[in-house]
Amino acid sequence: MAVSKFQEVLNSGKFVVTCEIGPPKGTNLDKMQHHIDLLKYRVDALNVTDHQSSVMRFPSLGGCLAIKERGGEPILQMTCRDRNRLALQADLLFAYTRGIRNVLCLTGDAVVIGDHKGAKGVFDLDSVQLLRAIRQLETGEDLGGNKLDGAVEFCAGAVVCPEADPIEPQLIKFEKKVEAGAEFFQTQGVYDLEKFAKFMEFARQFPVKILAGIILLTSVGMAKYMNANIPGICVPQYLIDELAAAGKGGALRKGIEIAGRMIATIKKERLCDGVHIMAIGREELVLEILEAAGI
Amino acid sequence: MKSITKQKPFEEIERSLRRFDAVFIAGCGTCATMTATGGIEQVAAMQERLEAIDKVVTGSTVIPTACDEMTAVLLKENERAIRKAGCILVMACALGVHRLSLYTNKPVLPALDTLFIGVEEKPGQFREVCAQCGQCVLGETAGICPLTACHKGLLNGPCGGTNNGKCEVDKEKDCAWTLIYRRLKLQGRLDLMRQYHPPKNYQVVPRPKSIKLG
Ligand code: SF4
Ligand code: SF4
Repeated sequence: MAVSKFQEVLNSGKFVVTCEIGPPKGTNLDKMQHHIDLLKYRVDALNVTDHQSSVMRFPSLGGCLAIKERGGEPILQMTCRDRNRLALQADLLFAYTRGIRNVLCLTGDAVVIGDHKGAKGVFDLDSVQLLRAIRQLETGEDLGGNKLDGAVEFCAGAVVCPEADPIEPQLIKFEKKVEAGAEFFQTQGVYDLEKFAKFMEFARQFPVKILAGIILLTSVGMAKYMNANIPGICVPQYLIDELAAAGKGGALRKGIEIAGRMIATIKKERLCDGVHIMAIGREELVLEILEAAGI
Repeated sequence: MKSITKQKPFEEIERSLRRFDAVFIAGCGTCATMTATGGIEQVAAMQERLEAIDKVVTGSTVIPTACDEMTAVLLKENERAIRKAGCILVMACALGVHRLSLYTNKPVLPALDTLFIGVEEKPGQFREVCAQCGQCVLGETAGICPLTACHKGLLNGPCGGTNNGKCEVDKEKDCAWTLIYRRLKLQGRLDLMRQYHPPKNYQVVPRPKSIKLG
């Protein structure tokens, strides 16, 4: 029996599609709920960010509950940045009792890049240790070796950065995450499918599912910004040229077309097991990306 | 090994001296001299700056090692000047401030921020190398401390923020895990990087740390 609907899809051999939901900075949930309703039946799971880029927001756990209430399939993002091992385990117990069955384990961005620069970064556990913590809770025991009154069961995943430089340390960590019990991986945004195919040759040795990260390009400026500032992302020049040729008004449409085209190629060539779409605040556009991809 | 310090912004020092017209200055001849934050020259410069804002500097001294017992003797020698001052402004690391406060009832105010214990990489360039965690892993990390050199203190390899071998928070600084990887590889010990490190015991010695040896 699968732990979750999402795990069932992962193991079914179907091309998996997930997308990201960014919770609001504040208590107005309208936009997030609108995005959830638009997408909940169009993708296999919705993945709620956890104070992305260390910017304080409505919590991932709250976003996942909203998805659950509205009949969608949530993936809880958990970073190690803000909570120590007690709080992380407690949140996992709570999430489980509320029907959340998918967790994505991340280290988390550094505090200093966010909007509370003086905060204390926790990093009591790292992503590998968090994955192991989940597996330990599943045996009915907490990290302190104490018995639980009621255990958990999760479909657990992690992230990998196929274009990092140097790549080998990342691949070693990827293997450690697999050993720690990761069942699926979401990648950092990929644009160069040839390079990605190389990474997949390596990843295919392991019994895990890989979802290629697709980040919507909205303008030439954004592409250049990501190249300069976002680790492990490399938008090739020909895509930047394509965006530029579309002009200022047409760049967004072009970005949607590019994302759709990449997803279609990944699906057709079976490069990996699925995609994870990140529209970064423009979640309503995911529908158009899916249409452009023929999904 | 040195206690690495940095002078506080002068405005902050000025604010802390708000209620005192007369000040005695104490520097330190060891770490604060080597970091050029509390040696003879810096004490003299501080005196000038304080006088420029109309403070009376009743005297000054540079204690050879402000964190040991000699401090008591030096305070005794300067008793008269200290008596005339409202407070002692200490240009030593926090250990010196702490030590001075044991031997006088005058308010003791730090002029420096104590940053970390570290080494001098090249002249004037200091870097923390050990956070004194009480359970050393250097044997498995090729002599580079992941708790200190990695911004997030990660034990099982690099985060996704590393870029071109540099750290997410500082493009000038090598990612600790890139360095560890390179050295372990060079030494033919890359298997150590594949090994799982369980969550660290952060309470090996509970705070405040104290131990009786032997
Ligand atoms: S692991 Fe790092 S912080 Fe701990 S004792 Fe060794 S060098 Fe110091
Ligand atoms: S980039 Fe490297 S040194 Fe910086 S936080 Fe990540 S793993 Fe640590």
